[in-house]
Amino acid sequence: MIDVKELLRELREEPYEKISIRAPHSGKVEFVAKEPGVRVVGPSGTWKEVPGTLLVRMERENVKKPLYAPQKGEVMSLGEVANGQFVQAGQELMTIRHYLTREEVIARIMRRSLSLFLAPEKGKYYFFPDVDIKVKTKGSQSVHIEDGMELFILSRMKRETSIRYSGPAGIIYAVYFETNDSVDRDSPLIGVCPEDQLGQIQEVVSRVQSDWEERD
Amino acid sequence: MDIEKRIQELRDRLKYILDIFGPDENTNVIMLEAKLGEYVAREPGLPKQEAVRQLETLEELFRFLEKKLERELTPMNKVRIVRHPQRICLKDILENVYDNYTEIGGQDDYSIDPSMLIARAYITRRQGKKVHNQAVMVIGQEKGHGQEFRNGGSVKPWGNAKALHYMKVAETENIPIHTYIFTPGSYPIEDYPGAAQQIAKNLYEMAGLKVPIVAVISEGGSGGAEAIGLADTRIMMSHGYYSVISPEGAAAIEGRLRGGQRAEPKLIEHCAKQLKMTADDNRAMGFVDWKINEPELGARPEHYDFFRKLRKSVISSTDEIVLNVRGMRLFRSLALRRHKGADVYVRWSLDSRAKERLLWTRYVKFRRMAQDAYLDKRHWFSRGSEWTGEFFSSLYSYFRYDLFGKQHKKVTELAEDMHAEMQVVVGRSTRYWKNIMSKLSFGTAKKDVDKAGLTSLSAWDDGAQNSGKWQYVSPQAKSDRAVVCPNTAVHGCLDQWAPDLFGEWAGVCSFCGHHFPMEYQWYLHNIFDPGSIYEVFSEIESTNPLKFDGFDLKLDEAKRKTGHKCGCMTFEARIEGTSVMVAMFMGAFRGGSVGAAEGEKFMRAMERARKKQLPFLSYVHGTAGIRIQEGVNGVIQMPRCTMAVRRYTEAGGLYLVLYDTNSYAGPVASFLGCSPYQFAVRSANIGFAGPGVIKETTGMDIPPNYHNAYQALSRGHIQGIWDRREIRGNLVQSLQTMGGRNLYYR
Repeated sequence: MIDVKELLRELREEPYEKISIRAPHSGKVEFVAKEPGVRVVGPSGTWKEVPGTLLVRMERENVKKPLYAPQKGEVMSLGEVANGQFVQAGQELMTIRHYLTREEVIARIMRRSLSLFLAPEKGKYYFFPDVDIKVKTKGSQSVHIEDGMELFILSRMKRETSIRYSGPAGIIYAVYFETNDSVDRDSPLIGVCPEDQLGQIQEVVSRVQSDWEERD
Repeated sequence: MDIEKRIQELRDRLKYILDIFGPDENTNVIMLEAKLGEYVAREPGLPKQEAVRQLETLEELFRFLEKKLERELTPMNKVRIVRHPQRICLKDILENVYDNYTEIGGQDDYSIDPSMLIARAYITRRQGKKVHNQAVMVIGQEKGHGQEFRNGGSVKPWGNAKALHYMKVAETENIPIHTYIFTPGSYPIEDYPGAAQQIAKNLYEMAGLKVPIVAVISEGGSGGAEAIGLADTRIMMSHGYYSVISPEGAAAIEGRLRGGQRAEPKLIEHCAKQLKMTADDNRAMGFVDWKINEPELGARPEHYDFFRKLRKSVISSTDEIVLNVRGMRLFRSLALRRHKGADVYVRWSLDSRAKERLLWTRYVKFRRMAQDAYLDKRHWFSRGSEWTGEFFSSLYSYFRYDLFGKQHKKVTELAEDMHAEMQVVVGRSTRYWKNIMSKLSFGTAKKDVDKAGLTSLSAWDDGAQNSGKWQYVSPQAKSDRAVVCPNTAVHGCLDQWAPDLFGEWAGVCSFCGHHFPMEYQWYLHNIFDPGSIYEVFSEIESTNPLKFDGFDLKLDEAKRKTGHKCGCMTFEARIEGTSVMVAMFMGAFRGGSVGAAEGEKFMRAMERARKKQLPFLSYVHGTAGIRIQEGVNGVIQMPRCTMAVRRYTEAGGLYLVLYDTNSYAGPVASFLGCSPYQFAVRSANIGFAGPGVIKETTGMDIPPNYHNAYQALSRGHIQGIWDRREIRGNLVQSLQTMGGRNLYYR
């Protein structure tokens, strides 16, 4: 049983994620983003084909290699490295602060408060027919599940096996897979929440939806 | 009420004029606007008779100034006329030019591609008391006065495939084809059958269609126009345009604009002039046979006189084509020559001999085009010696491979048969005899078999990559630096040292196999037998036929940088002793773009290969498409070279295409894409239009690997992907196993 409100308070106090930018290999560093506070963007485009903001160029063996920002945010601090200095692989060059979006906050709360049931192996997953009917008609949150219950059908290369649920009893709060899509091993299939916590989680989610201020 | 109608009509005319003259300041247009505005303001207070009188005066002024404006039209104004929703479209032509028609291959938006319209039409002609209904297959792009689903006449690959299908139907039924070109260009997507490959197929098939084809051009946008434009007679409407690229596209290239930036209107206007895209320009350069005059400021659906004129033109063009290849024609030909649209009757079906003549006439017609658009500074003596050389080569080929070769083949086949027959008779007794001899130990001892070789797993053949010892080493190998593979993020390739990568490893990433671009010299020295390259037609030189601003300097720079006179190098070479004719398009010369000189060299090389019965390899080290600065002189190379390819292939040759680095646009959509044997060097990109153009014209984002060779392979555009180090071996295999029967070594 986790304290969701406490978690939300923590997130409000520190509403960002810190991303440490480290040297992928040894080389001479040339900073492009030179001071804290510089705004950066992550990869964009439909296929993330447009790289993010250029942070650093690293020169090794007469070739300059660019290092781009992996996320949107701002440069929080620079590492203890001078411009033009030779660094070893793994040394911290700078820290980027990425302000969490509504979706990211909700996802964090979910990750901490829900019990995730992971796919035991790769394949396509379907709910058992009676569960499937309930999910489609009344939504997944109307389904109560318990440990050992036959919940999924795993289909791979025409082999269909039933998968039993193992974990705490509760209702299916979130479904993370699509019918007919292949799911990798250890990807989350469903998020289960104890029934007595449902109201609390819903309240927090709706509060995040309405109150959370998104910052660039 | 009548006055209201007439005022509305004047308003529409004024709106049309404003659309055509766009942002241009024109005193006549301003005057018309002012006069009409004054009259509309005054009219309610005037007595009726006076109002009518003033209205007539105003209409007269409109007529007078429209005539005046007609004389002031710039090429860009004509482009706007052609793009205007009021411009006549194919449906108007079918209604007014033909006596009866049935739309086939779809109807309106219920069609595989509504921008390509096919109709089985009839022309009714009276001869004395007899009435003849002559069937025609009408094919063309339909813009439909701004109907959204028509996609502005930009045809998708399957639309061009539909057109080709019905061209073949027309050929089966032995009826002429009339094509009407109303397209700004083809829709640039690669989905099967692929924009480029389908246009190439169309060109290849049209080169051999055994029925008369008449093409009428209103809006001729490059490849889209060529897809149905290879015709025996090409007519152009006086206000149409026929161009390698839209003025906006040319301006974007000239202004070096990136990422959807808009070009300046002045630059667009300037490019429209420079491209020489109007009917008069194309008529003067010989790309269309004649121009058909439209009413002032362009034909619109209510101009019935124009439709009558168009009807006469297409009928007499078809008559002429047929009479040129038919037997009895003397007086009718004379009549037609004296007066276009003369009242003669010609049956439009052709017999087999006339069909052959038709194809030859078509080939010759295109062969003669764009002859002034390149330089050939050779002395008459060297031209004569070249001609003589080729004549003797073909004579030698005839005696060596045709006359003597056929007899030789017969004798060989007879000997083979006799040997096989003898084997049956002698075989059994020989085996019996051998058994006896071996038992008496008189037979030879059995050879030692290499058991290890037969039973162990095969290893990478080191000989295939020369143990890293290449004849030519790239200058890129001379720099002391590390090189980052572009696939590092995906495959985790480590950095490689340039001397290793570009030297021993032939520019191939040793982690993921990515092929870094190499100079064309690498291929010249490492694929063909050393010292076997013999260059031909090297004197043919690119020039600036349209006098495009600043292009002379750019050409000189390219010539100086590469040491070649144009972007295509043609040579004979040997691979493992087999002679091959090669046309190589060099990316280093103006991006490997194809103009008149390149096309001419390619054609001559094709003809030489046909005469000498050599296999033909097109090695595309890179081509950015058709050279826009040469305008239609470049575009016309698409049908010209494709016809040469068809002639060569049908004679029984082997036409191989090998793409490397980047190959796009016109050449891929014609003489390269029509080959049945197309291969790509790994990491090459092949397509119709680059990502920027696709984004601009379709609004679609395309994935980064959209034009990748593997995608082309999965779409069926190419037949295989070759490793650079194995090209020589693969070529040997291809030469031995592909192509027709008319090769000197078969």
